[in-house]
Amino acid sequence: MRHRSLPAALGAALLFACNPAAFADITIGVTLSATGPAASLGIPEKNTIEMLPNTIGGEKIRWIVLDDASDTTRAVTNTRKLISEDKVDVVVGSTVTPNSLAMIDVVADAETPMISMAASSRIIDPTNPKTRWVFKTPQNDSLMADAIAVHMKANGVKTLGYIGFNDAYGEGWLGEISRSAKTAGIKLVADEKYNRNDASVTGQVLKLVAANPDAILIGASGTPGATPEKELVARHYKGKIYQTHGVANPDFLRVCGTDCNGTLLPIGPMLVFEQLPDSNPVKKVAAQYITQYESKYGKDSRTTFGGHAYDAFALLSKAVPEALKKAKPGTKEFRAALRDALEASNVVGTHGVFVMSDQDHNGLDNRARVMIRIENGKWMLAK
Amino acid sequence: MDLSIAAFLTQDGVTNGAIYALLALALVLVFAVTRIIWIPSGEFVTYGTLTLAGLQLGKAPGTVGLLLGAAVIAAAIEAASTIRAGEWRRLPLRLAGWLTPSLLIAGLIVWAAPRGIPLAAQIVLTLAAVTALGPLLYRIVYRPIADASVLVLLIVSVALHFVMTGLGLWFFGAEGWRTPAFTDASFQLDRMTFSAQSLLVVLTSIVLIGALYVFFGRSLYGKALRATAVNRVGARIVGISPSFAGTLTFALSALLCAFCGVLIGPITTIYYDSGFLISLKGFVGAIIGGLVSYPLAAAGALLVGLLESFSSFWASAFKEVIVFTLIIPVLLWRSLTTRHHDEDD
Repeated sequence: MRHRSLPAALGAALLFACNPAAFADITIGVTLSATGPAASLGIPEKNTIEMLPNTIGGEKIRWIVLDDASDTTRAVTNTRKLISEDKVDVVVGSTVTPNSLAMIDVVADAETPMISMAASSRIIDPTNPKTRWVFKTPQNDSLMADAIAVHMKANGVKTLGYIGFNDAYGEGWLGEISRSAKTAGIKLVADEKYNRNDASVTGQVLKLVAANPDAILIGASGTPGATPEKELVARHYKGKIYQTHGVANPDFLRVCGTDCNGTLLPIGPMLVFEQLPDSNPVKKVAAQYITQYESKYGKDSRTTFGGHAYDAFALLSKAVPEALKKAKPGTKEFRAALRDALEASNVVGTHGVFVMSDQDHNGLDNRARVMIRIENGKWMLAK
Repeated sequence: MDLSIAAFLTQDGVTNGAIYALLALALVLVFAVTRIIWIPSGEFVTYGTLTLAGLQLGKAPGTVGLLLGAAVIAAAIEAASTIRAGEWRRLPLRLAGWLTPSLLIAGLIVWAAPRGIPLAAQIVLTLAAVTALGPLLYRIVYRPIADASVLVLLIVSVALHFVMTGLGLWFFGAEGWRTPAFTDASFQLDRMTFSAQSLLVVLTSIVLIGALYVFFGRSLYGKALRATAVNRVGARIVGISPSFAGTLTFALSALLCAFCGVLIGPITTIYYDSGFLISLKGFVGAIIGGLVSYPLAAAGALLVGLLESFSSFWASAFKEVIVFTLIIPVLLWRSLTTRHHDEDD
């Protein structure tokens, strides 16, 4: 019996140690995908959060960062734990869309604001009353898809082929680009699916090349985006190749090498902040963030994903002082005040200018995207 | 679909099938000798690719740390069991036996990594490092429970798979790696282009399979392994140590998997968690051979490669579904045609 009481005692001690009443600081709970399939997105977000300040407006922040392993169930469990045990004032996360969608119910029931770092516009769908509590920093996919369609039209593309992930990301992009292409009068002539871990995409690429479209869009994130592109080059495809903003990290450039020369993609302006005109409002914020990030994690280590985490904090830095005027952290009133302040955000972030309203909990506009071209392992602003 | 597309798909399917065939052989070998369903075999593949990629960068990859750590743990376990048996005199020899190879390989890698050695030498080092991991993990994880039921061994394999995937993320990072092609050459044969790379993969596989055939047919050690596979108790009675057979089996399978890793690296991008799907496809091949027949397993793996390549052309969204559905008719056919053996011997 002696052994059985030990864990119970430990548990009690742990509960006591975590007793939220002992803290009056602002508590920010983070759940992100630092491991699992979305790790290449979650790790720069985690790195960014580690270098963020520990105070907002003179108030101390208690950061609680949890890993959800890119798993939806784990993200929900983390959110429940953050809310019920740690009594957080705001939840930041998660990295990917399925996780973020699943977390909406939990934060809405607990009336806690949440800032997602995932892309889909469904996360903040204004027709769902629960999304009253949900905000997000990344650009909507539709904004990026429009940028691609506009660029294609301007460059005389008439037919388009698509190859994307056989998952929510690839399906989502197929939907968005079908809509954008239709508006721009571009015909979608072939669509193919592949998996992140596929040993070969020869079959899909042969079919795409046989359809011979003017341009091909690859709907993938991270280094897996290079697999079909290398195969397209090996099969002598001559048209334009577009990627999505999901691939914008240094590892993609490393894996793809010279095969990716001339590839076009839409992206948040932060990635090429050096090439932006000084008049661009984003330039200063992006320069500050990227300089700090690269001095800690190495030259050219920048990714746009870390920027989403930084932007979440930028929103909070503006909203928390407003909320502090109305209530004390740790209370229901504070969370409600924080939500109202977030909804009234007008903040310049690394990815663009967030102008939120009760109908738009993202608030980014055309200033949050630029088209870039890959040239010899470098991101170049495209005209 | 015209003839040239079919030829391309066949070439692609055979290349991948050759890699799956090596894995299927490794799986059959391990199961036949030790009754372990060796799920972490995929991790040995990815460790092979990623270790080589690390050497390409001129850095000693994380595999070295794992190798040393595993060697120390294995030596400690060995020392404990030797002391418990009171065989003090054998202690130094046994410790040296477990520690020296790993120390040598690790030292060589650390020394050679920043020196820009040629690709062939990097491949040899990679094969050595990953192969050495096989017996070490067998000693640490499987040998203490060698007599457990197939189910327990399977569950332990699953656990080891997760541990190795996690370590892989830590060692190599979340992003994928590619190793350079052995050769960029290609040649034309009646409108068809063959890449020398894929030919090399198929040839290597054939040579390895041939070498295994000779090893099992002609050498004493190969015959000892075969005897253990046929009848564990009988083999023990005629003086074949089951733990030695296990160690040798794991070294051989790890070598096969490391070869897969080196071969697959230039063909596709490999991630820390790519191994599971690759080994699962090798497993489907092995299942076709009933986890006992080497030629059937190799043929099955080839079938998996071809099926995968053609289904990715016709119905790319359902590719994995088609490949893994194959296992159902095969299992049905096998359970109808073979007599059922009891799980516990």
